[in-house]
Amino acid sequence: MQKTASVDSIFLQPFTIKPEMQFKRKHLLGLEELTAEEIRMILDTAVPFKEISERQIKKVPVLRGKTIINLFFEPSTRTRTSFEFAEKRLSADTINISASQSSVVKGETLVDMARNLEAMRIDMVVIRHSASGAPAFLSERIDSNVINAGDGWHEHPTQGLLDMLTLRDRFGKLEGLKVVIVGDVVHSRVARSDIWGLKKMGARVGVCGPPTLVPRSLEALGVEVYHRIEDVLAEADAINVLRIQLERMQSNLFPSLGEYNRLYGISTEKLERAGRDVLILHPGPMNRGVEIDSDVADGEHQVILRQVTNGVAVRMAVLFLLAGGKPASAAEVPSMLE
Amino acid sequence: MNRLLIRGGQLVDPRNEIDEKLDILLAEGKVAEIGKGLSVGRGTKVLEAEGRMVVPGLIDMHVHLREPGREDEETVESGCLAAAAGGFTAVAAMPNTDPVTDNQAAIGYIIREAIRAGHSRVYPVGAITKEIKGESLAEMGGMIDAGAVAFSDDGHCVASAEVMRKAMTYSLIFDVPVIQHCEDPTLVGAGVMNEGIVATRLGLAGIPTESEEIIVYRDCTLARLTGARFHVAHISCARSVEVVRKFKAEGVRVTAEATPHHFSLTEKAVDGYNTNARMAPPLRTGADVKALRKGLADGTIDCIASDHAPHHYDEKEAAFADAPNGVIGLETSFALSYTELVKGGALDFSTLIRRMSTAPAEILKLPGGSLGKGDPADVTVLDIDTQWVIDKNKFCSKSRNTPFHGRKVSGRAVATVVGGKIVWQL
Repeated sequence: MQKTASVDSIFLQPFTIKPEMQFKRKHLLGLEELTAEEIRMILDTAVPFKEISERQIKKVPVLRGKTIINLFFEPSTRTRTSFEFAEKRLSADTINISASQSSVVKGETLVDMARNLEAMRIDMVVIRHSASGAPAFLSERIDSNVINAGDGWHEHPTQGLLDMLTLRDRFGKLEGLKVVIVGDVVHSRVARSDIWGLKKMGARVGVCGPPTLVPRSLEALGVEVYHRIEDVLAEADAINVLRIQLERMQSNLFPSLGEYNRLYGISTEKLERAGRDVLILHPGPMNRGVEIDSDVADGEHQVILRQVTNGVAVRMAVLFLLAGGKPASAAEVPSMLE
Repeated sequence: MNRLLIRGGQLVDPRNEIDEKLDILLAEGKVAEIGKGLSVGRGTKVLEAEGRMVVPGLIDMHVHLREPGREDEETVESGCLAAAAGGFTAVAAMPNTDPVTDNQAAIGYIIREAIRAGHSRVYPVGAITKEIKGESLAEMGGMIDAGAVAFSDDGHCVASAEVMRKAMTYSLIFDVPVIQHCEDPTLVGAGVMNEGIVATRLGLAGIPTESEEIIVYRDCTLARLTGARFHVAHISCARSVEVVRKFKAEGVRVTAEATPHHFSLTEKAVDGYNTNARMAPPLRTGADVKALRKGLADGTIDCIASDHAPHHYDEKEAAFADAPNGVIGLETSFALSYTELVKGGALDFSTLIRRMSTAPAEILKLPGGSLGKGDPADVTVLDIDTQWVIDKNKFCSKSRNTPFHGRKVSGRAVATVVGGKIVWQL
């Protein structure tokens, strides 16, 4: 009972109160520019929001009356519905716009579209775009809060945050953890956000894949570069397995999906040979049999579905904090370790 | 009639080895007399140049005038006015217009428009291949007849070694330079900036310097094979400079130019997804900037050229990967060159004028680039003392896409004289 009371006390506060310790940024464009404090603030605030999603009535009124547009220029089921759930559970009014149905087809520029929407007085824009820097571009030109739901190869901050929440839940901390991102790192916004976020929080980060997808030049980001998955499985506490895209094969980055699976695919066999527990994450959607085998994807070492659950909570926290909500502190929130 | 006396300035003419306080009298479109205390005859206009540098008219051998096709970005007229404002008495205009300037009539059109505008001179560069497709040779002879001074598919690289070899061989009839935009398109791919740590952080596709080095090396080898005159456009990296140095030492007829943005900025200028820092070839690293400056100092790089590339505001107002390549440069070229290279200690003033006037004239075999008796009356009067702030809103160019807005610089044209007539005065 005490748990519910403390959660509700945070969320039933009138919204006009601006507390001392507040999330001071107007936008969430990436994790590279956030401090460890800010990341911790978001993760801590996500914890009580997880509880709301477990209730019968999954709603709190904190964003009631706020209008949020989900502007998705790239297809997405997972991220968009996750944001939509987050927004609706916070009682915001949401509208979804996807590129193919939008005026982009008629040649309208990104800025014009956003300005038109803004003229209808929206509060927040959640944007996914194929061009790195598009959310930053938008944030410099409109007044609403801008949340990056993935821009080109640049960042996917809410994904990085939910990955960190999932790891923190399992291990109790992030500092000192050895986390390796496996797959097409060079083209991955998830990888970049993970790298910035985890390093900020004191984890040791590695990347693994063929040199065409994981060049040694990535060491400049402060990560360890591996080209053999066996070396990774011998050392890592957790791995984040990225999806391999078919298009990459066509640009001579690796010869076939079969070969990729043999060399880097996460299989029960490889895990058994490693002989240690490695936690397995995947941002989804999965190509079963390519970067991850089915038995692993459904097995005991993975936390893929927990990532999805944490995703909604993290997005609720981000929207809440950007709208001026009071962050939860670790002391207020009951421990939710698994 | 038609007489102009430029009085009291420091005359610097590298070709004739002059660096002295001298008056210069221009008459009937030519240099009539140079001396101390020249008298003002009847009907002679006087331009006071006390405290100024008086040099042979600056020549920018790489500009895009966008006409025909993109008159919203620039026209021959506005481009020539921008050139004059930058102190340039002549420019060489690249042929990647729409339609492409790959024939006699198109070359003639550009020249006529420039004469009509009456600001700086224009020497058109004709396309190497028809429609700049890189496949079959355009009519070089016809274009030379109409007034073309060199050939280039600039904007694009002639990717086929076979086509480049044939072009170089054929160009020997006219003994004009074949100018290459050195970027292997397959290595450039979808790249939008220099391959390196900044691209990795920003999540942008990178272009390795090797994409340039490979073509520079390849085409220097072809120049050696054919004996043709080969010019490297906008050289951007240290390794390319080393290649040019090597082949020059072997006696190959290779020349090279560098742009002010390449020797003033690095890839860091892209931070924040600044589309006015996007151009081809891209901005490189500090080590490359150093090598370009050294190349300009020791003559491996023969001249400075702006690659003035106007783009409409709407097109640069986009996410980085969606914005076109190119920055303007006519109205900032001298200031940046003077501030970064002369004040920066890499070159002395006379060498700078060699790079900005003497050498371009020699490479393109143009009249001008010197102020001997009988030379064309093309003169630039420069103020190298006053500091000023670059303000893109005051540009004569129709476009505003510059990375240098707000930058404090020294060096500015205060008067530009073409054919004895003042076409620009500050």
